[in-house]
Amino acid sequence: MTTWPILSLVTFLPVVGALIVYISRGDDEAARRNSRWIALWTTLITFAVSLILVWRFDPTQPDFQFVEKAPWLANTITYHMGVDGISLPFVILTTGLMPICILASWKSVTVRLREYMMAFLLLETLMVGTFCALDLVLFYLFFEGGLIPMFLIIGVWGGPRRVYASFKFFLYTLLGSVLMLLAIMALYWNAGTTDIPTLMHTAVPRNLQTWAWLAFFASFAVKLPMWPVHTWLPDAHVEAPTAGSVILAAILLKMGGYGFLRFSLPMFPAASHDFAPLIFSLSVIAIIYTSLVALMQEDIKKLIAYSSVAHMGFVTMGIFAGTTQGVAGGVFQMVSHGIVSGALFLCVGVVYDRMHTREITAYGGLVNRMPLYALVFMVFTMANIGLPGTSGFIGEVMTLIGTFKISIPTASFAATGVILSAAYALWLYRKVIFGVLKPSLASIKDLTLRESLTLMPLVALTILFGIYPKPVLDMSAASVQQLVNNYTTAVTAVKAAGLLQ
Amino acid sequence: MSFESAGYPLLPVLPELVLAAGAMVLLLLGAYRGQQTTRLVTGLAICLLVLAGGLELLLPAGKLTTFAGGFIVDDFARFLKILTLIGSVATLVLSAEYLADPSRQIFEYSILVLLSTLGMMVLISAGDLIMLYLGLELMSLALYVVAASNRDNVRSTEAGLKYFVLGALSSGMLLYGASLIYGFTGTVSFAGIAAATKAGTGIGIVFGLVFLLAGLCFKVSAVPFHMWTPDVYEGAPTPVTAFFASAPKVAAMAVFTRATLTAFPGILLQWQQIVVFVAIASMVLGSFAAIGQKNIKRLMAYSSIGHMGFALVGLAAGTPEGAQGVLVYVAIYVSMTLGSFAVILTMKRNGQHVENISDFAGLSRTNPLLAFVFAMLLFSLAGIPPLAGFFAKFYVFVAAIKAGLFTLAVIGVLASVVGAFYYLTIIKVMYFDEPLVRLDPMRIELRTVLAVAGLFNIFFFVYPGPLVSVATAAAKSLF
Repeated sequence: MTTWPILSLVTFLPVVGALIVYISRGDDEAARRNSRWIALWTTLITFAVSLILVWRFDPTQPDFQFVEKAPWLANTITYHMGVDGISLPFVILTTGLMPICILASWKSVTVRLREYMMAFLLLETLMVGTFCALDLVLFYLFFEGGLIPMFLIIGVWGGPRRVYASFKFFLYTLLGSVLMLLAIMALYWNAGTTDIPTLMHTAVPRNLQTWAWLAFFASFAVKLPMWPVHTWLPDAHVEAPTAGSVILAAILLKMGGYGFLRFSLPMFPAASHDFAPLIFSLSVIAIIYTSLVALMQEDIKKLIAYSSVAHMGFVTMGIFAGTTQGVAGGVFQMVSHGIVSGALFLCVGVVYDRMHTREITAYGGLVNRMPLYALVFMVFTMANIGLPGTSGFIGEVMTLIGTFKISIPTASFAATGVILSAAYALWLYRKVIFGVLKPSLASIKDLTLRESLTLMPLVALTILFGIYPKPVLDMSAASVQQLVNNYTTAVTAVKAAGLLQ
Repeated sequence: MSFESAGYPLLPVLPELVLAAGAMVLLLLGAYRGQQTTRLVTGLAICLLVLAGGLELLLPAGKLTTFAGGFIVDDFARFLKILTLIGSVATLVLSAEYLADPSRQIFEYSILVLLSTLGMMVLISAGDLIMLYLGLELMSLALYVVAASNRDNVRSTEAGLKYFVLGALSSGMLLYGASLIYGFTGTVSFAGIAAATKAGTGIGIVFGLVFLLAGLCFKVSAVPFHMWTPDVYEGAPTPVTAFFASAPKVAAMAVFTRATLTAFPGILLQWQQIVVFVAIASMVLGSFAAIGQKNIKRLMAYSSIGHMGFALVGLAAGTPEGAQGVLVYVAIYVSMTLGSFAVILTMKRNGQHVENISDFAGLSRTNPLLAFVFAMLLFSLAGIPPLAGFFAKFYVFVAAIKAGLFTLAVIGVLASVVGAFYYLTIIKVMYFDEPLVRLDPMRIELRTVLAVAGLFNIFFFVYPGPLVSVATAAAKSLF
């Protein structure tokens, strides 16, 4: 146990960075360079500090570690932070991707750079806080607070339809979340506390479970997003700047899945069991339907956005299967998708910065001019498909195995998604990379050093986790096992009670 | 503790007496020395308000009553009086520029604000229906005149007149209700009414209650008695609008809470339905009607209607938690409103005030800090965490959920999402649109108000303890 508040440090370091960026006034070139470097160093230091977490984390311990607790709103609503094996991977994913996002925005963002960097740093604080919060009100604070910087990032630095996309993003997410807020209040009066570890061991009355589950579902389903409330995602992705898309796909979507793992399963096991068929249906529809929609896209970002919805379908399916493989697979799939989809959006950003279009038809034959890019893009395409040897494969296969034990039809239908994802991803790759080089692309340049620097770590991780997924799986194993055990016990108890009656 | 027996019957009303006497002295000063004393009178008025606030805090602790229980000073009254005084002081500070104009050297303005504040303080402490009416009329009569203080402006005059006519009507209703209640219970004191209605009620008291609540709804501008609000807000000079939106709302909300909770606890179910309906109607109308507004002052009017609806959600619960929610809500609401009006008052281009939302275009480029603080205030008004406005909504909804008012809570949060849309629209104009001509630089006193309000709203979440615990104590004193 550390005596100094390492989690708060990781959470709030970026705010300090944002303040330093604010203080470094001026709008000339030197000031811009300064704010870029300050942001980069802040995120790198944050990442380094978060690695201390990994180093000191005890993976055999299923409970929360690095716990901090301080009085806050009332005696029962406290500032309570801590991580376990389920949240730690997301914390690291966030802190690890942030420097890459800053690097990706190095040249492409030219207007209002200081505000841009400050928005990103604030966003990092709110994202890390979401994953570390162990109090429902505190969680909600971070979870919802993230809307403000993201709204501005899409709206100020976005594409032509940015206003529409930012409003849609904000209002959709808010609508889902306010219902969750009411459920949080209901839980507060039920248990007299909003402390998450306490609530996990508090039995919630059946009736309240159902309503609270639905309210939490409203929030997380929008955030994840699940079909049919996914329509904000393609708009937000297409209009957001590259780094915004990366954060959106890699981290913000994961908050939904994390929410299911942290709240729905442990706190409302009976309701989760009751609603599992609903989740399965929605997941299968998401996997098949959005894959088909992805096949028809003309915009590269939109295609990847729809493929994200399909991949998140695997996550929800695995989580609500409630088996060890399913839940562990869900966590792994989220981490893997965070890396892969983030990298894919970075790849789109690379060609967008050069050509200022994302139309698939505008590209072709890039392999002739950009061999390195073609190689990198191929790795991520394969990971997106779920080819063995890449991280995508592990996540999909684990969630499928986990679900197979519970519901064979769901697993069978979901498995077709693997084929469909191959269809759209390979189609995209062939259109963009192969074929005859378009005349307009004759002078396009291959990856610069900076771009390689952002993409290569992700290539390495994709392949590493594809061959050797143990680090992530080990980190989460104990917590996942405890979650699954509690869930199974609770569901069995409910079933037994039903039989007795 | 009764101070009548102890020989100091007037001690609990000392702050009010100081205000009243001070206002008269200032009136004489102005009358003898003429309009050039405007600045001096305003400054002295601010000092008087601060003095009254200080005296209020120096009064002995606990519950003090005088005038045979007609005037109550408890934690509830202290909390809201301080809040009202803060609102009035801020209004006078915000009015400095308005009064500096040579064509508007009117020293009566500050004195009217003082008298209106005096009315509010009496209203907050009212322990019977007579005192309630006295306070309400003193507050309102001064407000009617202030609304029309820009005499040469047609819209200002119209606003004053409209407010007066409708206000008189609502006062009539309130009096009618009060007389019915008196007739059926035989007493005007809240405690007496509570005792008389303990065993249930007849139709006559319910009738009286409805009229009484109608009159109070008019003062807090809750739907369906809100019609005057947009016109008066738009027509009145902007500092006056800021005043209308802050201090009188606090006082009216205070008396609404005290009257319902202390005079009619026995017939909670009767007035709860009314308050639930009024709250829902206000939240929904406030959210939807604001969407189409082009004028920022009209928008703030609908926004305040909506916010009063949210505050009433806490009252509808009828519990100590609910009363605490109301108190936290009005405190945060006042800070958000005053900050927003400080921004609206800076909207001047070449010396001319502009009032359209589109005039904010590109403010984030021309004045980044101002735009940032205003954006935070707007997010706070929309109730987005981690800003103060979120906690305001949190406490009222937490109370509603505990009281089992689920429908009210669900409609409320959905209305808050609709409401978020129009606040976002202003942020969009400031941040996403291309800048127009630069605004004039911000005056120092506006900056001060905006800085205080902005810092309070942004950093409230760091240490919310003090306000919340004071509000808890204040709410307890009602039960």
